[in-house]
Amino acid sequence: MSNLATHTSYDPPLVDGSPSFHDITEWVSVHNERKAKPYWWAGFSIAAMLTLMLVTCFLYLFWNGIGVWGNNNPVGWAWDIVNFVFWVGIGHAGTLISAVLFLFRQEWRTAINRSAEAMTIFAVICALIFPAFHIGRQWMAYYLFPIPGQMGMWPNFRSPLLWDVFAVGTYFTTSLIFWYTGLIPDIATLRDRAKLGSLRQKVMGFLSLGWTGSMKNWLHYEKAYTIFAALSTPLVLSVHSVVSFDFAVSQLPGWHTTIFPPYFVAGAIFSGFAMVATLLVPLRKLYSLENIITVRHIEKMNIIILVTGSMVGFAYMMEFFIAWYSGVQYEIYAFVNRAFGQYWWAYWTMFTCNVVTPQLFWFKKLRTSMTATFILSIFVNIGMWFERFVITVTSLHRDFLPSSWDYYTPTIIDILTFIGSFGLFFFLFFIFMRHLPVIAVAEVKMVLPQADPHFYEDHAGDGHHAHEAAPQVAPSRS
Amino acid sequence: MAEAVKTATPIRFTGMVAEFANPKTLSDAALQVREAGFKKWDCYTPFPIHGLDKAMGLRPSPLGFIVFFGGLTGLGLAVLMMWWMNSYDYPVSISNKPLFSVWPVIPVMFECTVLFSVFTNIGTMLALNSLPKPYHPLFNVSEFARVTDDKFFIYIESSDDKYDEHKTESFLKSIGAVQVEAVPEYE
Repeated sequence: MSNLATHTSYDPPLVDGSPSFHDITEWVSVHNERKAKPYWWAGFSIAAMLTLMLVTCFLYLFWNGIGVWGNNNPVGWAWDIVNFVFWVGIGHAGTLISAVLFLFRQEWRTAINRSAEAMTIFAVICALIFPAFHIGRQWMAYYLFPIPGQMGMWPNFRSPLLWDVFAVGTYFTTSLIFWYTGLIPDIATLRDRAKLGSLRQKVMGFLSLGWTGSMKNWLHYEKAYTIFAALSTPLVLSVHSVVSFDFAVSQLPGWHTTIFPPYFVAGAIFSGFAMVATLLVPLRKLYSLENIITVRHIEKMNIIILVTGSMVGFAYMMEFFIAWYSGVQYEIYAFVNRAFGQYWWAYWTMFTCNVVTPQLFWFKKLRTSMTATFILSIFVNIGMWFERFVITVTSLHRDFLPSSWDYYTPTIIDILTFIGSFGLFFFLFFIFMRHLPVIAVAEVKMVLPQADPHFYEDHAGDGHHAHEAAPQVAPSRS
Repeated sequence: MAEAVKTATPIRFTGMVAEFANPKTLSDAALQVREAGFKKWDCYTPFPIHGLDKAMGLRPSPLGFIVFFGGLTGLGLAVLMMWWMNSYDYPVSISNKPLFSVWPVIPVMFECTVLFSVFTNIGTMLALNSLPKPYHPLFNVSEFARVTDDKFFIYIESSDDKYDEHKTESFLKSIGAVQVEAVPEYE
């Protein structure tokens, strides 16, 4: 992460309160070292119980078969695929923050990238359980992988369902390794603060691999980080495109359209940033991190939500236009049916939440308000779930042949499984926030003004008081 | 490690570690250490400092070069795998399309390139950094625990040709070190 800053001395500070390096360490590490507060236990217990419910639902499904879900003919894909796409989409924001914003040298990402990347990993875990369990004979899941089997057969590499295995698998592995790499110096911080001989010291010592902060190590580390960012960036764009291919390569009206890859990717970033907002607005309050995750950070995220939400809204209108312009009666019917057919309620929920809600962020008052951000981010995610539902179910329940038409309703198992997946997500997130630093401590220190050797030239002779610098010295203008 | 309290006597000293106040004094000092001709030394910081690699005279990391070839390996293996599995060993004819064609193999080709690049990246980075390395004599210095917090250090190893216990200590003090300490090794 070179300090070729896009951030000048005229910009508002990246971190409020003019903290020293030690302040940053303290503010973040104390939460991993103190005993957990009651709110953590409350949230964790609920999440744990919901995870247990998820496991029960899956065991019930495993024993009884896919019939316990509401899937029927013709709606062979329903909440299972909707939930998969929903969770995978959410993951994309974390990678964008970690990788894309890094390549664009947006230093403000350092306050949110750790939590966002953790969110990605947990979201992808929640996503992967759905295709794993929806296959009907889960004990034959090994068919998905290119490993020798007793029938001498191999997976079909022409199928997007298999591309998904590779894409989401690569995405998960990459995110996990990238996240862990970023954690190494911060785990070393926790190690060095731990009491000698304690369990924390041993565990953190093991996980930090003996990191000493050697500059020779930082050199290779920084290069590796940049390479991870460069590799993850195309993943942000390609993984959800491959997921969209699950739909786009079919012949169904409403599915078979080239807008799907960019539309899905924009929607993924849209819902992902909303989930980051949902997580960080409470977290910054509970952990007193408002000086690091500032209002400006939340505002920037809301602007991204506005931009991607507008792209999604535009895609909705283009879909309608192209359906009409094509003159294909099946395509036209698919869209008329979405808006005015039996699932009209789902369509209009989606439309209001996805098109109207993000437009509210044009108002500065709303995009700098924590309450508004939190509430609107939840609406965005509701809308994005419904978008995947509308795409999947409406095109399936009424396609070419009216005699095949049918209606789909979820069963209680469908619903409980979905709620349970939130339980798993928050279960993992609560563990993360308790035991690992929720902010990339080393990275935030790097973007403080006093991390740059040139800072001390402006404050000649003042080196040891550097952290008190209130107004930055502006470069002289002639 | 907080408070490496050792009551044993050190069997030897592996070098001299000097603490510096801020990134600027560290950078300036690093330049001087390099110009003094020391070869076995390093800087230790809580975060990478802009320009310090230049001051130390470090060559750029070859990681990009190595990862590129890792990625190419992934690409080649992926294409080979798909050709062998779907077109040779158990050929699958789908609507009489060609047994092997470049278009459908692109997504998996791309993903495998990225996957192998990622493995090469993390593996090579750890190898170049000699990590995991559970032991380093610097962990015996109690103040060194602040390296991951807010302190900056230069460490010159005693195995360096120009190392001399007293001369090196006064040299480090003269280039701006706040504190200089010999690094002990026990047992």
